[in-house]
Formats: sequence, structure tokens, C-alpha cells
Amino acid sequence: MELNVIIKTISKYWPMFIRGAGVTLVISIIGTIIGFIIGLIIGVIRTIPMPEKGFKRILLKIVNATLAVYIEVFRGTPMIVQAMVIYYGSKQAFNIDMTPLFAGIFIVSINTGAYMAEIVRGGIVSIDKGQFEAAYAIGMSHVQTMVNVVLPQAIRNILPAIGNEFVINIKDTSVLNVISVTELFFQTKSVAGNNFKYFETFFIASAIYLVMTFTVTRILRFIERKMDGPENYIIYANQMQVETPEDALRREQLMKGNK
Amino acid sequence: MKKIIEVQHLSKIFGEHEVLKDIDFSVSKGEVVCIIGSSGSGKSTLLRCINLLEKPSGGQILYNGENILDDKHDTRTYRTKLGMVFQQFNLFNNHDVLSNCMIGQVKVLKRSKAEAREVAMKYLKVVGMEQFINAKPRQLSGGQKQRVAIARALSMEPDVMLFDEPTSALDPEMVGEVLKVMRELAESGLTMLVVTHEMGFAREVADRVVFMDKGVIAEEGTPEQIFNNPTQERTREFLKRTLQQN
Ligand SMILES: Nc1ncnc2c1ncn2[C@@H]1O[C@H](COP(=O)(O)OP(=O)(O)OP(=O)(O)O)[C@@H](O)[C@H]1O
Ligand SMILES: [Mg+2]
Repeated sequence: MELNVIIKTISKYWPMFIRGAGVTLVISIIGTIIGFIIGLIIGVIRTIPMPEKGFKRILLKIVNATLAVYIEVFRGTPMIVQAMVIYYGSKQAFNIDMTPLFAGIFIVSINTGAYMAEIVRGGIVSIDKGQFEAAYAIGMSHVQTMVNVVLPQAIRNILPAIGNEFVINIKDTSVLNVISVTELFFQTKSVAGNNFKYFETFFIASAIYLVMTFTVTRILRFIERKMDGPENYIIYANQMQVETPEDALRREQLMKGNK
Repeated sequence: MKKIIEVQHLSKIFGEHEVLKDIDFSVSKGEVVCIIGSSGSGKSTLLRCINLLEKPSGGQILYNGENILDDKHDTRTYRTKLGMVFQQFNLFNNHDVLSNCMIGQVKVLKRSKAEAREVAMKYLKVVGMEQFINAKPRQLSGGQKQRVAIARALSMEPDVMLFDEPTSALDPEMVGEVLKVMRELAESGLTMLVVTHEMGFAREVADRVVFMDKGVIAEEGTPEQIFNNPTQERTREFLKRTLQQN
């Protein structure tokens, strides 16, 4: 490996690397967020208590079965194959001409959604039954219980798994080069095709991937800590809740300590 | 006395197991009723049937004369009239103390934040937890958690408070602080239905004591009758066993 080749490659082709990394980030960020929303909705539906009888029970059974098929299919096939089937299939069967970028985001989203659905469901069922019962006992509906009590706790618990999906998505968008999405791998291939320095060029790409995944992991750690809140609480000495100077000082120190 | 809750011929079956059999009893306004009985006799199940956390298998439950098991009856509105205190506290872990006492008022009763806050502070003061409004449940002791749970239920300003063994999960030194709060509530005239193993509390605070055994109400009466002159053999045996333990 020659350092001057690396430097030359970067100085000549850096706009292509940047654009590729940008597309990779856009697809994996949007794909992870949409996938998470899909997972959230499916996770909540799959944990609705089964009604004992009537139309609602039948409807819920059908919906649950459909969702189970979706999850199985997208978890059970490689994303590279899904990309080919959806991109070319939509052209051929439905005459829909997606841009590669749109197709990429679409595929990553529904693929991530299948994984997230199971992650979210696991997060919900791991929450103590007492939390649901206390919410029902003060008159909350299933949706209110989910939004105000269960999901905030479940999401906190599954945050590491969500971060994992995000990191996987950053790496796995590289398979989208098969449908000509101009993400980082695709761009790297083009550069290497020009300068014939395969090793050096892909070495640069791997460094960029590593920087992206490392940054994302750090940011998620930070969010986790933010969600946990301060370790200590302030005792209010009087009912007016006027802070004494000592309290204010302590609070400021606490806030600093948690940053 | 006006009856708030009337339970008629209530039964509950889990699979093959008949946990409650033909239960008849009622709670009147301002009354403090204690339910005692050995483990597995169905006390929790009875309480959970009353606020519909369990669906009764048969019989009726009347609230102010209305059948709450009727399909047309609004379960959620009914539940806001009953305050429930659980053995395991079940505070909302993602909310701080103040927010635990406000969330139901804001989301279910649709009170304004300012009003909810005022009501919550009022009841947090009743239980002596107003200094801890910023604490998260995980930062509190068991006794403190249970007092907040009581304030949370009171903040909904219910007609009846249901307590399911509120001190059974507590370390002995914390039992007193919770019982003290409950005693004060009873003296203020609140209607209370309390499942408890604390015989001293039942004897001193209850207007009426109900003894349950194997899914039926074996005997009920004033504390005087139940503790000093029980008519049933199984009541006598139960009391002998529990009082020996203490
Ligand atoms: N969800 C359930 N499914 C099946 N059986 C149950 C269920 N809940 C309770 N039971 C059974 O019902 C019986 C009565 O339970 P319950 O919790 O009402 O008793 P308890 O009087 O409150 O006892 P303890 O003093 O131990 O709290 C027990 O035999 C229990 O095993
Ligand atoms: Mg019980």
C-alpha cells in the first residue's frame, strides 16, 4: 500500500466519496426511521389483547396473520435479492419506474420494519404487566397506555437494538449497488474502475464506513444517557418550590455532571 | 346508608379452577371494609373483578345501582371512580413523582395541567411526599413508592379506594408509614376496600371485616364480632394461625 496513492486518490476523487457517503447516510437514516415507525405500529398491533369474541377478534386475527407473513418473508430473504425483485418487479409487473434512490430507501425501510417489528414487540412484552394494569386502573385506553407509559420504557430498553439496526443499515446499503444506487460502495467501484488501484480505493471506503458507524454508535449512547435522566433528584424544602441558592447550585452541578 | 358497590352472585373461573364462588357483598358510602383470608382464597381476584382488571365469569356488579358488566356501560369512566393501590406499587417508571400523579388527570379526566398539578400537590402533601416531586420511582424506597401510588390514586378523586395488600411487599420498618396514611384517609371519611394481612389495622380501622376462604365469604361482621366472637370454625382457625405468626 502506498500512502501517496491514497492521498492522490482522495484529492482527485473526494467529491465522489463524499457524495457516495452522503447517499449511504441518507438511505440508512431515512430507512431506519421509517423502519422504526413501521416496527412501532406493527409491534403495538401485535400486542393488542385478543377480544373474546365478535368481528373485532376475526379482524385482529387476519391482520396479525398478514403481519406475520410480512415479517417472515422480509427476514427470511436476503436484502440484495429483495432489491432485485422489487426494483425490476415493480417495473415489469406494475410499470412503476422508481428512481434507484427511492427504490433503495423503500427496500431498506420495509426490510428494517420487519426486524424492528420483532424488536419492538420484544420491548413491549418485557415491560412489567403491573405498568399496564396501573394505567388501565386509572382509566387509560390501550393506545393511551402505550403512548404514555409502555412505549417510552420499551423504546428506552430497545435503543441498543435500534442502534444496531442503524449500523447494519449503513453497511448493508452497499448491496443496493446492484440496482445502481450511487451509494458509497457504488462510487468506490467507479473510482477503482478509473484508477485501477483497487486496494487503496477500497481502503479509503472502509475508513469512511468505520467513521460513519462509529459516530452513529456514539450519538446513540449519548441519547441513551439523556433518556435516563439525572441520577439524583432535588428535594424541595418548601411547597412554593422556590430554589434556595444551594439547590440551584446543586442542580447546575448535576446538569453538568450528566453531560 | 347508600350502597356504592354491590356485588351479587359473583363468580370467577380460571380454566377449570373456580376461584370465586357466588360472592355477595357490598360497600356503602364512607365505609371502611377490610378483606382478610389466607393466601389463594381469592381476595385479589375479587378486587380485580370489581375494577374489571379481570372479567367476572358470572353474577353482577352494581355501581350506584348501575350494572357495570352491561356492554353499554363505559368501563374507562367507571375505573376513574375507583382508585386502585397495588401490592407492587406499579408506579409509572418513566414518569417522576409529580407526573405520576398528573398523567391520569390530564389524559383521562382532561384537566388542565395547572389544575392537575394543584390537585397532585394537594394529595402528595396528604401522603407526605411533596418534597420528592422530581424523583423517579427507582430512586424511592418501597414505603415512599407506595405513598406516591396512594397519592396517584387519590389525585383522580375517586369515590372508592381499593387497596390490595398495600404493605405486603414492604420491609417491616416501612409498613408503619403507609398504614398511618391509610388510617388518616379512613378517618377523613373516604370509602375504602382493603385487602390486608395487617390484623391490627383491620381491627382498629375497619367498620366491617370480611373473611374469605376458598373462594367464598365465610363470615363477615364488625371487627369486634370477627376477632373476638367468630362463629365459624375456619375463621377461628385462620385467626389462630395468623395471630400466632405475629
Ligand atoms: N390469571 C390467573 N390464572 C389462573 N389462576 C389464577 C390467576 N390469578 C389467580 N389465580 C388463582 O386464583 C386463586 C386465588 O388467587 P388470588 O390472587 O385472588 O388469591 P389471594 O387471596 O389474593 O392470595 P394472596 O393472599 O396470596 O394474595 C389462586 O389459587 C391463584 O392461583
Ligand atoms: Mg392477593
